Amino acid sequence: MERIPILKMGQVLLVTIQIDLYDRLALSLESDLVQMVKKTSAKGVLIDISAVSIVDSFLGRIFGNIASMCKILDAETVVVGMQPAVAITLIELGLPLTGVHTALDVEKGMILLNSNIETDVDTTDDLNEDDNYAF
Amino acid sequence: MIITLFKVSMRIERDQDVVPFRNRVKEYAVKIKMGIVNQTKLITAASELVRNMLKYAKGGEALIEIVTQGRYNGVRLSFKDQGSGISDIDLAMKDGYSTEKSLGLGLPGAKRLVDDFNIISNVGHGTTVVVIKWANG
Repeated sequence: MERIPILKMGQVLLVTIQIDLYDRLALSLESDLVQMVKKTSAKGVLIDISAVSIVDSFLGRIFGNIASMCKILDAETVVVGMQPAVAITLIELGLPLTGVHTALDVEKGMILLNSNIETDVDTTDDLNEDDNYAF
Repeated sequence: MIITLFKVSMRIERDQDVVPFRNRVKEYAVKIKMGIVNQTKLITAASELVRNMLKYAKGGEALIEIVTQGRYNGVRLSFKDQGSGISDIDLAMKDGYSTEKSLGLGLPGAKRLVDDFNIISNVGHGTTVVVIKWANG
């Protein structure tokens, strides 16, 4: 069966969707991604949709699901490279993709994810220091 | 008066039929020089309607037509199924209403994306949805 490849780059999983997804492929991407997050302890997921010409309510819901599921597993999701026509259509359709981070391109998405991962590390450090003070 | 210049019909039976159908719609939208934003809106609406047909009526017939009215060219799509029909169309056209576990955006969303939207449903006999998107609408 056809599958969308998931690449691991440091703490981030990178997915580039190069074809128009049919339903079953989108659903298997969803479960593959969530399992990969667990397996690789990834802190971020970056989905590049620059080659996707259509995002309908089904695919929009899949992106929302992926973001919520990864969030529970402590990973942030960023969708990057959306075409302007797709953004216009999504809003008119009534699907604002709430809960999904977006960035203009892969590079900006990576910066966003890395800054999130770094702040996470910082806050943990702060907590540890507080602990030390208590003792 | 709307005149049909060209038509092609496709059977939609499985979810794998959705992408080829969308590609055909795109092909005809490109033929009449529809802009990229209108193309995207039309194909997204088509995708929503075809998905409805699969989900609620286990498939049906989709007709793609190139139509002309005066100086305007457009794409008309008709979706005809033999499903159980919709008993309350006003309710079905409401944002967020769904009898299945979905977002309930299909019908109202598709209506917002096209220039002309018509739905006829007979309970027990099926539903027909006809939409038009003009190339420069």
